[in-house]
Amino acid sequence: MPLMKRNGAVCWVPRDSKKQLVIWFGWFIGIMLVFLCWQSISAKTMWVFAADAPEQLRLMLMRMFPPKLEYMDKLWKPLWDTLNIATLGTLLGVIIAVPVASAAALNTTPSKRLVRPLAMVILVSSRSVNSLIWAILLVTIVGPGILAGIIAIALRSIGFVGKLLYEAIEEIDKTQVEAVTATGAAPAQVFSYGIVPQIMPAFAGISLYRWDINIRESTILGYVGAGGIGLNLSSSLSILAWSQVSLILIAVLITVVASEWISARVRSRLI
Amino acid sequence: MLILENLIMKYGSGDLALNGVSLRFDKGEIVALIGPSGAGKSTLIRCVNRLVEPTSGSIDVNGKNIASLKGTELRRARRKIGMIFQEYALVERLTVMENILSGRLGYMGFWKSWFRKFSSGDVAKALNLLERVGLSEHFDKRADALSGGQRQRVGIARALLQEPDLLLVDEPTASLDPKTARQIMRLIKELCSERNLLAVINLHDVGLAKMFSDRIIGLRKGRVVFDDTPDELNDTILTEIYGEEDWSGSADKKKVSAQVREHKHMESMDYALAND
Ligand SMILES: Nc1ncnc2c1ncn2[C@@H]1O[C@H](COP(=O)(O)OP(=O)(O)OP(=O)(O)O)[C@@H](O)[C@H]1O
Ligand SMILES: [Mg+2]
Repeated sequence: MPLMKRNGAVCWVPRDSKKQLVIWFGWFIGIMLVFLCWQSISAKTMWVFAADAPEQLRLMLMRMFPPKLEYMDKLWKPLWDTLNIATLGTLLGVIIAVPVASAAALNTTPSKRLVRPLAMVILVSSRSVNSLIWAILLVTIVGPGILAGIIAIALRSIGFVGKLLYEAIEEIDKTQVEAVTATGAAPAQVFSYGIVPQIMPAFAGISLYRWDINIRESTILGYVGAGGIGLNLSSSLSILAWSQVSLILIAVLITVVASEWISARVRSRLI
Repeated sequence: MLILENLIMKYGSGDLALNGVSLRFDKGEIVALIGPSGAGKSTLIRCVNRLVEPTSGSIDVNGKNIASLKGTELRRARRKIGMIFQEYALVERLTVMENILSGRLGYMGFWKSWFRKFSSGDVAKALNLLERVGLSEHFDKRADALSGGQRQRVGIARALLQEPDLLLVDEPTASLDPKTARQIMRLIKELCSERNLLAVINLHDVGLAKMFSDRIIGLRKGRVVFDDTPDELNDTILTEIYGEEDWSGSADKKKVSAQVREHKHMESMDYALAND
């Protein structure tokens, strides 16, 4: 009821007073929640330890610096593995995501009653499990190593790529599809001529974006034995070799920045 | 060659878009379909190639009842029916050549079409048509880089590459300027008479309909209310199709000239006061 009469004049307000009250109440609850949480955190923190945090940070940085550059010789291979896990995992995930997405999109699904819910379940379950958890599960199933990492990355990517892709499919221009249908093309041809060209930019963008995320995620998969540079990080940390840790962190940083740069370049070319 | 019998179309929303349409069309006819917005013109031609499913009635093309076809049979029937759309409906991110050649999809297998392996015969025909519609130098451009008139020419070439028996045209000129609209209509008319094609054309512009068609069908609220040669279309019939309106525009002209006179009068008064 955004139009009201006040003193005889009609005035317009974005919300009526009931809605306004609900919004104020929401803010009140929110602030109370923050307050309560802070109290609980504060009660469980040993402030004596927190008090010398700046000193501890200074000590750790001193031990990290300078990074142990000779250690780099042992990092090239795991770094390469990490890139491979991310790239092959993304590739595998994307290949599986395409059919799942077209089964999930309202305008391309073969059956709204049966296939679509199934595809949705696949997408949701893939997304609701973190890559690290997938990796732990897979290390037990296929054993430690790169393969577990690749599959873990792929499983997590299906949900991400599939969800964004099926939304892109649902947003296409229907008349272009109709025009191809009207020529007497078979369903697979309608898909490849009427739909594929329309979703291509979105598809490329989504896949690159996921590859980018996967590079970051695959740097920690080694922590649970799924291959890559994470293994070196965990072993260096456990022997308190801080100068190796700092070198690993720098190597990861450079890799991530480089991958973001590459994906930004490619994406701007495609769109 | 196209016979519609008691065609009824009721949309899920409850709109009765076609309320018992029976019509008969012959080879080589250019038929204009006119009527107010919502009369069911688009619905009618979309029923013919089954882009929408008619609720009941029969659609007979060359002795085959389209209304009952399914799957492959339906696709075979569709490739003999060309369609041209108001908003061109080109695949925007494909090139002109790919768009035109997609008229051949119904005649080839999936992998050949995926890898764009069109037969040399098809390519030659496409190039011919491209020249015929005057777009030879644009063959490698993407469809979204063309103007409206050029896009519609691509749409026409795509439909004709199907080598259809009949052409369904839904408001081909609604988004074009008057000159381009006439050129496009002339092109469609010429191409159809060269091939002795039946064309059913939805038009909003009664002038264009009179100028380019052999026969005009007036549709109102899903029923045929007029079906005759363009010469028979007069103001009384236009009122019957579209509802009450001043067709010759004479009343408006009178009103306007009265306003102009009034204005002149005021000006002279201003002048008189200023010089007082
Ligand atoms: N997809 C649809 N779903 C539900 N109702 C529809 C649909 N398409 C059309 N209609 C309804 O069917 C009736 C006829 O529509 P149609 O598009 O055939 O009219 P038209 O004569 O082509 O109008 P216009 O000149 O505006 O294009 C209208 O009442 C419209 O609301
Ligand atoms: Mg229409």
